[in-house]
Amino acid sequence: MKITFKINGSEKTLEVDENTPLLWVIRDTLDLKGTKFGCGKAACGACTLHVDGEAVRSCSFPIKFAEGKEITTIEGLSHNGKLHPVQQAWMEEVVPQCGYCQPGFMMATAAMLEKNPAPTDDDIDTAILNVCRCATYYRMRKAIHRAASIMDESTYQ
Amino acid sequence: MNEENLIVKKKKGFSRRKFLVRSSIGVGVILGTGFLTRGLFKRFAARLVNTSEPVYLGNIDDPGMWFEITIDNHIILHSPKVEMGQGTFTGLAQIAADELEVTMSQIQVVHAATTSGNVDGFGTGGSTSIAGLWNPLRELAATMREMLKNEAAKQLGIDVSELVVTNGTITAGNQSRTYGEIVKEVHEWTIPDVPPLKKLKDYKFIGKPVPRVDLLDKVIGSPIFGMDASMPDMLYGAVSRPTKIGATYVDSDTSKAEKMPGVVKIVKEPDFVGVIATSRMEAENAKNALNVTWKTEKNWEYQEIEDMIRVGKGDPTVIQREGNSSKLLKSEDGVIISEYKSPIGAHAQIEPNGAVADVEGDKATIIISTQVADITRKEVAKRLGMDKEQVVIQPTFLGGGFGRRLHTPNAIQAAVLSRSVGKPVKCFYNRQEEFQNDTFRPPTHHVLKAKLNDEGKIDAFEHNVSSGDVMYGSALLPGIVGTILGSDVGAWRGGMIQYSKIPNYEAISWRVKLPFATSWWRSLGLLANTFAIEGFMDELAVTANKDPIQFRLDHIQNDERGNRLIEVIKTARDKAGWNDQVINGKAMGFAASTDANTPVAQIAEVSIKNNAIKIHKVTCVIDPGLAVNPDQIRAQCEGCIIMGISASMFEKMNVRDGQLEPIIYGPYKMALMKHAPKEIDVVILESSETPGAVGEPPIGPIGAAIANALFRLTGKRLREMPLKPG
Repeated sequence: MKITFKINGSEKTLEVDENTPLLWVIRDTLDLKGTKFGCGKAACGACTLHVDGEAVRSCSFPIKFAEGKEITTIEGLSHNGKLHPVQQAWMEEVVPQCGYCQPGFMMATAAMLEKNPAPTDDDIDTAILNVCRCATYYRMRKAIHRAASIMDESTYQ
Repeated sequence: MNEENLIVKKKKGFSRRKFLVRSSIGVGVILGTGFLTRGLFKRFAARLVNTSEPVYLGNIDDPGMWFEITIDNHIILHSPKVEMGQGTFTGLAQIAADELEVTMSQIQVVHAATTSGNVDGFGTGGSTSIAGLWNPLRELAATMREMLKNEAAKQLGIDVSELVVTNGTITAGNQSRTYGEIVKEVHEWTIPDVPPLKKLKDYKFIGKPVPRVDLLDKVIGSPIFGMDASMPDMLYGAVSRPTKIGATYVDSDTSKAEKMPGVVKIVKEPDFVGVIATSRMEAENAKNALNVTWKTEKNWEYQEIEDMIRVGKGDPTVIQREGNSSKLLKSEDGVIISEYKSPIGAHAQIEPNGAVADVEGDKATIIISTQVADITRKEVAKRLGMDKEQVVIQPTFLGGGFGRRLHTPNAIQAAVLSRSVGKPVKCFYNRQEEFQNDTFRPPTHHVLKAKLNDEGKIDAFEHNVSSGDVMYGSALLPGIVGTILGSDVGAWRGGMIQYSKIPNYEAISWRVKLPFATSWWRSLGLLANTFAIEGFMDELAVTANKDPIQFRLDHIQNDERGNRLIEVIKTARDKAGWNDQVINGKAMGFAASTDANTPVAQIAEVSIKNNAIKIHKVTCVIDPGLAVNPDQIRAQCEGCIIMGISASMFEKMNVRDGQLEPIIYGPYKMALMKHAPKEIDVVILESSETPGAVGEPPIGPIGAAIANALFRLTGKRLREMPLKPG
């Protein structure tokens, strides 16, 4: 089917099988490799991105549902060459180890902070359900709180 | 260089002479700009499509390059070790930068390819990377610096003694040359003797918590992993993999798959069948349409596996003996006996295994997340009937290693598919295939026996561990080691007794070959063995009515090794404010281990709420020798602690109707954000001027520390992982 959507601000029209997971369209057709494959069953969150601002596990999101939507991937999280507060906080806390799952966590965090700009530890526990095998959770929690305070202090748009 | 030094180096697996000769070949110049944005794959792609960038002055097919120096005065370090999260690239960059006299921002680390750099024949694992390269890399970097100075002296017409090096620029009076400028003019290098290394106190980066060199790439989602690689005109492959234990491929009916959309070719080999299609989904769908006949001898059940792993079955080897414990423990009179168990563990690294392969004519190129590039290379060459030299392995950043990437049949499969179609092919596992074709951490069974004397001190102690193969299941064990030891060094890692004051002790390893692949899993046997030994030590302390920490200290000799262990234990006790009482519903548990000569002590603070174990705080004291990067040592401790919590509280593979299960995250329970302690206090003690092991030792004590805390909390001793509070 022919499908049109916005990705990281630019409009794309593609001819693609309607049931292809959004993840593979993004990775292989659009060549944006920051969104990762982990399980293909929406169980690990490595493929998390935003569809109209909502965190979505793109491995289990058929492309047909992307029609007319605005999609943001990790590549589009930063603006005008400036890192998103979540990425900034991730840098400052030196969170990543192997780094593979981290874009998914950062996208999940950014979406959470849009709705809940000052999450408690319990809020974080409830909202962030991705899997990190290097188990960087300890620093991620610190980075999430730090990102919240960066967003609070900055005029970041 | 004198002969004696050469022999010493060779014994360690390094030849200094070779290093230096190779480093001279490797000094090249990269023309063009954009050093910082030129990622691994851009470079690789550029080479494939033969653009003018990058250009090496040296022949890129000459093996052994360590450093490249660019015209814009940057150093590219070709790492023989892979970066899988452990921070090795950062440590190596610090080490090289200090001796080369450049800043951290002037140095970039890339994975050496088998044809352009030194790929460590051992591979990456066993917490050996920084410790192993500490001296060779400093010597190489210092020699490189001296070579540059000698050339600068020639070019400037000034005696070398008058030159000063700062940030990659050599100055003498009002004249100066950058390394990049010097390199441009050199036609033949002269290799000096290895110069004296700097004093530790003069290092600017070694010992400092500098940020990871791969930090920005990992925060902006750069395409640095094996699964991100691509090549021009690439197709997608999928290989049918067995779901049942021990299943071997017989034949397949491909008629339905052939008609599936996007299918380019079906490839039938004697040992597997695969499909090639124009997209990943098409390849997966066509693979699912294959009708494959597998031969399975038997439908295994978990109980049968568990029955195999029993102390007393299989081949025993005494791995440690002091005094005569077996005599003292023979009669049952006054002997304390306990049994401990650990389950089958999956690696569950998030990036699946796979490869991008391009086999054309007499050359094969493989881009792959591998811990063993050299072994991968040999295996691919063998399968393709090529010489090793015809195969290029380009390792990438690993989306988790943990021992999962020591076996790389995925490289062979991708290569065979590519050859059959004459184009590059990308072929990866799906998650079910990962879970069912993992090289698992083997289950273990432990029998511990001890006898206390009248003063409550241990008179005799025995640890028996039964385990599936670890080293024997691995491509890394040289045959000779197996012959000499007759036991599985990996299975008993952490299984020896560190309490050297006990007059009689013995450790015995029972080797069992399981029907599915078992191999290295971060720290090998350490987690399970420490769980058993340190749980049992806690039991003995309770029986002797002693404080569990003091009880341990009472059993350690005051030798060099013992003193380091004593120091981490005492520091943990003081730092955590040790108390063996239940306070506000929380209890502390203690455990310690010594792995690869790195002692670690941990105290876990634990409570139980709604029948769930909650870990509030972990105090971790580690003595890794010299701390090259204290922040990354902390990160490894934090990661080990939470991964260890995951393994000891949640993870377990089951075997049912011949299949290993679960086949997906979620049902394979793992620690998530909510399970991670909110407080982790890491203390680093540096007892030596040489760096030691870091990536695995801190995973040792955590399971036992939690179980010991739970005993204080509930009075119930948990001797089986995963720990169940009820």
